[in-house]
Amino acid sequence: MKPIARPYIYLALAVAGTFVLSMIIGGMGSYDQRIVINIGINMILASSLNLINGYTGQFSLGHAGFMSIGAYAASSITTMLYPALVGELHGGVSQELYFLVAILAGGVAAAIAGLLVGVPSLRLKGDYLAIVTLGFGEIIRVIIQNIKPLGGSLGIPDIPRYTTSLWVFLTVVAVVFVIQSLMRSTYGKGFLAVRDDEVAAEATGIDTTRYKVTAFVVGAFFAGIAGGLYAHYNDLIKPDDFGFLRSVEIVVMVILGGMGSTYGVLFAAAILTYLPEWLRDFRMFGVNFSDFRMSIYSLVLILLMLVRPQGLFGTFDLAAFIRKMRDRRQGTAPTLEG
Amino acid sequence: MSEFLQQVINGLSLGAIYALIALGYTMIYGVLRFINFAHGDVFMVGAYIGFYAFPLIIPVTGEGLPTAVAVILVAMIGCGILGVVIEFLAYRPLRNRPKLTVLITAIGVSLFLEYTGQLPVVFTPNPRTFPTLIPNTTYNVFGDVSIGSTQILVFVVALLLMGVLRVIVMRTKIGTAMRAVSMNMNAASLMGINLNFIISFTFFLGSALAGAGAVLYAMSYPKINPLMGILPGLKAFVAAVLGGIGNIPGAALGGFLIGVAETMTAGYINPAFRDAIVFGILIMILLLKPSGLLGKGGTEKV
Repeated sequence: MKPIARPYIYLALAVAGTFVLSMIIGGMGSYDQRIVINIGINMILASSLNLINGYTGQFSLGHAGFMSIGAYAASSITTMLYPALVGELHGGVSQELYFLVAILAGGVAAAIAGLLVGVPSLRLKGDYLAIVTLGFGEIIRVIIQNIKPLGGSLGIPDIPRYTTSLWVFLTVVAVVFVIQSLMRSTYGKGFLAVRDDEVAAEATGIDTTRYKVTAFVVGAFFAGIAGGLYAHYNDLIKPDDFGFLRSVEIVVMVILGGMGSTYGVLFAAAILTYLPEWLRDFRMFGVNFSDFRMSIYSLVLILLMLVRPQGLFGTFDLAAFIRKMRDRRQGTAPTLEG
Repeated sequence: MSEFLQQVINGLSLGAIYALIALGYTMIYGVLRFINFAHGDVFMVGAYIGFYAFPLIIPVTGEGLPTAVAVILVAMIGCGILGVVIEFLAYRPLRNRPKLTVLITAIGVSLFLEYTGQLPVVFTPNPRTFPTLIPNTTYNVFGDVSIGSTQILVFVVALLLMGVLRVIVMRTKIGTAMRAVSMNMNAASLMGINLNFIISFTFFLGSALAGAGAVLYAMSYPKINPLMGILPGLKAFVAAVLGGIGNIPGAALGGFLIGVAETMTAGYINPAFRDAIVFGILIMILLLKPSGLLGKGGTEKV
């Protein structure tokens, strides 16, 4: 077997696993199903932000802005454009295809916004970049709030519920596959070079601007797709759903998982989505923790930064880990780069 | 014309409050080179300290101006202590870590104050009405242009505090030490300056100014809630960047400019864009002159 085929085998296995998983999820109660779907959406958001914040070392605090563009673009297509063009959609393959087009359009709209934000922001770094992306996120929110056809601050109601767990988790697989492939290509090395030392990367002839913009555009594209999926699961979107706190939530997932570890980030997205729900019915010493859950959440973040700033998984990479384990089993000496 | 003057007065009185908050951002940035994201939430706590201190203070001082001054002083001391505690617990252990780690910790502290403030046993999420500290009278100047008693108090207190700060930073030994730390922390430490003390003192001063700003803000806009610090905090941060972060007169200038720009946008263009214009200014200034109006540009050392 040629070694190049291996990622595609993993992809096929993951897709098959997703079909099984979504059948299991389909049997759950609606409350559990909602949590699982939110986990999936947060996984997409967190792993796409990880490309910008983790692998490329830029600090974006405006991911919710890209998500809102995708959500609004996709839901205005399904609630306004489709009824005018093709009439009611009645399930089946055609509905899924139309939905796919709407979701992709949302992703493209967000990617364009990512390009518009990325190009001027690249003169800045560190906390200034964080503040500018935060500012862009807020500006996007205010602009959407003031566009009358998009419902202003009341948002778009009655969005058809097309999102299923299959949709969400197939997208998770696609995001992970694209990001892992990207990181294995020369582009990936460029991202890491920009993160590790921008001046040195520039000096070795790497076009740092191009890599930063690429990271922003790809990250924003998937955030937009997550937004479209979110909108078509919650039937109502309003500008306040995509505020500063939502961006912070996504950033926290990336940090907890370990900036630059895709699997760590996926794990963190699952934990952080589930934890507040779990604390909801958690009681100890007669104290109901549901009130304190968000305070605990923020304390955990502070403690994590004090104790383990590289995140739970650091730069842990599943593929490298598997390779190391296999080499050890076969008795070959571990390579230095492992 | 009179409407324009009225907008200028309203803008300047809002800007004076932003300036007070921005001074804290800029001073902390000056010594530690990081953005204290929790500053806006310290401001929020200041408003609540004023809210709870008022019933305790009023029997002692009686009605009117002495109460207002006492409430402002109590809020300043309370916020100052909170700032020192936050620095000691959250930022000091991270002093030599990467900037991003500190930035994330600051976001964590900010979230902690917001969420803890919303707890039923703390401030509750419901908005409270801040008490009227001084009787509301309106004075007419130049025909129909009016200025309220609260606005006069805002100007007097803000300018007074800025003057005091100027004297502390430029004329006292501890101020000289602060400036030395902001120029070069290691060199200052080698010259026998107690870094920890100076940084704590800077946090005390900056947070105390936010506390004063909070009472003045709550007097002007009497609805207070645990999330009230987010937007004024961000706008004050923009003011600090506009003036040149790390530059004390710049923060004051930036505060006034942001206040005027915001009220002008609300008055002449569209009230819905009052928040967007501030972020628009931020993006413009960072793209055109990232060092700010009064700041000095620096080059990155390799």
